[in-house]
Amino acid sequence: MIFLDWILGLLGGWLALGLAGLFALRNTDFVARVLFPAGSAIGLALAAFALLALFDVPETAILAVGLPDLPFHLRLDGLSAFFLLVIGAASAGISIFAAGYFRHGEGTPPGLLCLEYHVFLASMAMVVLADDAYAFMVMWETMALSSYFLVTANHRVPAIRQAGFLYLLIAHVGAIAILLCFGVLQANTGDYTFANMRAQSLSPLWASVAFLLATVGFGAKAGIVPLHVWLPEAHPAAPSPVSALMSGVMLKTAIYGVLRVSFDLLSVQIWWWGVLLLGIGLITALFGVAFSAVQTDMKRLLAYSSIENIGLLFVGIGLGLLFKAYGMTALAALALTAALYHVISHAFFKSLLFLATGSVLHATGERSLGKLGGLIRRMPWVATLALVGVLASSGLPPFSGFVAEWLLLQSFLFTTGLPNSFLNMLIPVVAAAIALVAALAGYVMVKFYGVIFLGQPREPNLAHAHPASPLERTGLVWLGAGCVLLGVFPVQVIGAIDPVTQVLLGDGIATAVRTNGWMLLAPISVERASYSPLVFLLVVVGAVWLTATLVHRFYHGRVRRAPPWDCGFPAQTSRMQDTAEGFGQPIREIFAPVFRMRREVPSPFDAKPTYKVSIEDHFWHWLYLPLGRLTEGIARLVGRLQQGRIAIYLLYSFITLIVLLLVAKW
Amino acid sequence: MVTLSGIVAQILAIVVALALAPLLTGWVNQWRAWLQNRSAPSLLQPYRMLHKLFNKESVLAESASPLFRIAPYIVFACMALVCGIAPTLSTDLPLATAADAIALVGLFALARVFISLAAMDIGTSFGSLGARREMLIGFLAEPALLMVLFSASLITQSTSLANIVQTIAHQPFAIYPSLAVAGVAFTFVALAENARIPVDNPATHLELTMIHEALILEYSGRHLALIEWAASLKLLAYSCIGLALFLPWGIASADTPLAMLIALPVLIAKLAVGGIVLALIETINAKMRLFRVPEFLATAFLLAVIALLVHVLLGA
Amino acid sequence: MDALLAQSINLFAVVLLVLAFAMIAQRRILTLIHLFTLQGAALVAATLVVAYLTGQHHLYWSAAITFVLKVVLIPILLHRVINRLNVRWDVETLFNIPTTMLIGIVLVIFAFNLAAPIASLSASVASGTLGIALACVLLSFLMMIVRAKAVPQVIGFLSMENGLFFAATAATSGMPMIVELGIAFDVLVGILILGVFMFQIREQFDSLDIRHLEKLKDE
Repeated sequence: MIFLDWILGLLGGWLALGLAGLFALRNTDFVARVLFPAGSAIGLALAAFALLALFDVPETAILAVGLPDLPFHLRLDGLSAFFLLVIGAASAGISIFAAGYFRHGEGTPPGLLCLEYHVFLASMAMVVLADDAYAFMVMWETMALSSYFLVTANHRVPAIRQAGFLYLLIAHVGAIAILLCFGVLQANTGDYTFANMRAQSLSPLWASVAFLLATVGFGAKAGIVPLHVWLPEAHPAAPSPVSALMSGVMLKTAIYGVLRVSFDLLSVQIWWWGVLLLGIGLITALFGVAFSAVQTDMKRLLAYSSIENIGLLFVGIGLGLLFKAYGMTALAALALTAALYHVISHAFFKSLLFLATGSVLHATGERSLGKLGGLIRRMPWVATLALVGVLASSGLPPFSGFVAEWLLLQSFLFTTGLPNSFLNMLIPVVAAAIALVAALAGYVMVKFYGVIFLGQPREPNLAHAHPASPLERTGLVWLGAGCVLLGVFPVQVIGAIDPVTQVLLGDGIATAVRTNGWMLLAPISVERASYSPLVFLLVVVGAVWLTATLVHRFYHGRVRRAPPWDCGFPAQTSRMQDTAEGFGQPIREIFAPVFRMRREVPSPFDAKPTYKVSIEDHFWHWLYLPLGRLTEGIARLVGRLQQGRIAIYLLYSFITLIVLLLVAKW
Repeated sequence: MVTLSGIVAQILAIVVALALAPLLTGWVNQWRAWLQNRSAPSLLQPYRMLHKLFNKESVLAESASPLFRIAPYIVFACMALVCGIAPTLSTDLPLATAADAIALVGLFALARVFISLAAMDIGTSFGSLGARREMLIGFLAEPALLMVLFSASLITQSTSLANIVQTIAHQPFAIYPSLAVAGVAFTFVALAENARIPVDNPATHLELTMIHEALILEYSGRHLALIEWAASLKLLAYSCIGLALFLPWGIASADTPLAMLIALPVLIAKLAVGGIVLALIETINAKMRLFRVPEFLATAFLLAVIALLVHVLLGA
Repeated sequence: MDALLAQSINLFAVVLLVLAFAMIAQRRILTLIHLFTLQGAALVAATLVVAYLTGQHHLYWSAAITFVLKVVLIPILLHRVINRLNVRWDVETLFNIPTTMLIGIVLVIFAFNLAAPIASLSASVASGTLGIALACVLLSFLMMIVRAKAVPQVIGFLSMENGLFFAATAATSGMPMIVELGIAFDVLVGILILGVFMFQIREQFDSLDIRHLEKLKDE
């Protein structure tokens, strides 16, 4: 019982910090130097308690807040504890970074931002703790609203207001679907606690309806295609710590929701649910990675990369569902472990990358990749830590992203045992596509890092870029260390994921993994597959060291500095480097049908040639604009009711009354 | 289980690879020259080249960052580790448990990312152009390689390279159609990854076509030596993996000195033939246009997927 | 030894499939004819192996007919046609090639699944290859659809016949001799008719592009 109390106390602490911000509305120093670091400490403590609670029995509590007779039911089980761990650990780094970041006070006063920020954090934590639909929805909406205000922190810019509106709109479409899903789940009992929902055994039809509603509802929050459009607008619009929080942490609450509903609240799973999630995930991942490769705004690039990662998560969950539906819980545990590993790994590396863009943005005032470059020489700390994030995000060993990818591919290799020949053939193709996505992610990340941090500065004012402040560095170091440690100690991390799969499936892979010692990750058996990142890291580092020593010992270490060679071309300028557009060109060509592309190519005789390419999303034109027009059309029809004369309005009310009375009489 | 003989075999495998790799490059160059009616450089030319480069001072661009200086070492270390886990002589390798086939692909990717980043570091037009092309080839070749390795691991129920090779080598001879298709795909990928004709020409500095050479244009002295050596190691590793997967006979599964003694000449003989075949492929093909490269690699990817599907259908 | 031979049928089947894919990916007509010849050779080899394994002597005959027809006669005919018409190149496809190949993969999965239950009923030496044969037929059909020129279409048609023939040989150990002779004759007649047809299109439109045929419909 103690952990839940402590955790609630910590969440209360967050709220208190937020309220304290309200009293120091414009005192930037107080907010940045005291409140945000304190919030970071609370995040750390939350992560610690969540870690302890993971291995403990579930705890429940009833909070008598809100409406009379409708208290909040709370429950802390393995799944909640794991996501609390993610929220706490990631927010610890983001908050300490934010302490160094919010120093100018853009748009919204810092005190108010502090309130919104901490309410946002607390509501995310409460979402994963909620144990009835009422508490869940209240917290879910609080989360959406507080993040909306954070996104529109710089509300004087019209584009940011629009992005915020789009976000709020899709968030609410999703919320309606979730609400309906809970309505189906309680199966006409009128009892909206999750405990009651678990006890219901729905017919396959209604279970499927609930599952689909949950997929739409949580998918809107997670940003699955075609509900992803808000993500590349809202994430770049928000201040960087908020983008980090939204991308790294908030998207995970949607994953939590999918897991909670489909594995925990629904008592049966049907195989095609898994196929559906697999398909959605695959399309989302491919779509996200193709679009992120052609972006020229660094935060948009990362936002699309988040879409890709959400896709991979859905693939993992879909595979888990598929295995679960066929009763192969051990394999389902493997697939879900891969997904959950990716959850925590993505929380770290994507937060790290978003924060790094924040530092770059502060130092240079530029978000466009076309105006950056060479920052590794001005901001070595940020550049080094961003490199860690980039390597983790590309899924390269021995960093965190690779372990998740490795586990996911391993679980794909087992699918030939499924009792359905069609799936057996489809799944190698999916595995191939996943491999393609992973490799493309590497392409994107090389572009991201190379264009921002490497090469020559593309603009003269970049020479004045200042390094990140110590508080910013602390946050980055914390997240970067997470990327490395999560990559190097997979056995221990899987030990922490095991309670979650135990809750969801009654099975886990940790016992199998532990038999091979603390260094070697072998989910089934050593003969079958094994990976030891620590040995890997040591061998690579050792080999680098040994080679360098030997080369310097037997030859020499002489170095001469000279202008770049470049095949002897002397008039080299920074504008001759490959641009972000150039780096995306092959992807634009190969995946041309995916994009809605408009290009203006200059004629060869043009004295001042300009080249323009704009890339848009087909879904805007195929889905959202028609929907928007439809809505406007309906609104115009309804608008005819509006006559402006009081008598007519009274008539409407009168007719309504009569109709209602008639209905009541029936 | 890590045994003393295993460690000896491991060290031996890496040392043999380091020593043999430039020889293979020299062998291929020699045969290519012969097949093209040119007088061939000596077989030992790559060694002389490395020695010369190591002795020269390294000229760094003024703007080079530490990343640029450390990248050659990382690339070299990655390739050395690849040679440590690829079953060249023996399949009893302690390092093989640390990195399986998926990690192997990751290792190649790690080296590729670092060399591409290093190429972008100086900020010359060639460097960034080379980096873009290298990543383009990489993102198509990498999944194809992974799928090739997957079709082998579906047959043997293992992703550990050593186990795959051991299983294939020690069961009664059988024809695996899926492996045959995967072998073709692997050849395509190996050509692309090792900067060979028809994808890239290692012997040219023609700016419109070069990929690998554009990447390393700014390197000199010991850094260039390490990169060239790493490229030789990569060629050797790819050849050994290909030979071990598709023609695995003669590899030592236990580390008796006798088995290793037999394995070494068998390996050298297979590599010699493989080198001639590579020279032949490079001679009878023309370099394709860069725009055709994605199609070439997509074909490899597709073949690898077909191999997987065929395996599922035929169970072999 | 027999086991190895039985496995070699699978290998030939896969070779047929890969060649069918290669035809879809190939732009040059000349290479297309080479690929078709290779496919014929693989078919002959597969038929010989089945003949040996099942001891059905008439299959040797059909292998011989296939060899004469598909490895020698028709390729020579095709070579002469393209030399006479001077169309050694064909860069035009209606879809781009990667898309076509993706559709091809979908067709393969479809065919494999369709054949899986049938194959489990059949007791022939190489029942698993039925799916591959079906895939070959579908792929060749796809090639006929996406090619803009007449010659590749004809090759697609012939390659489809290869797939059908292979299905018959592998799954049912061959058709009765008389049927086979009939088909062989049909193919020969077909190729002659198509040859005439190609010359006629060229006469009429000065090109082998079959899109010109669209003009022939009623307006």
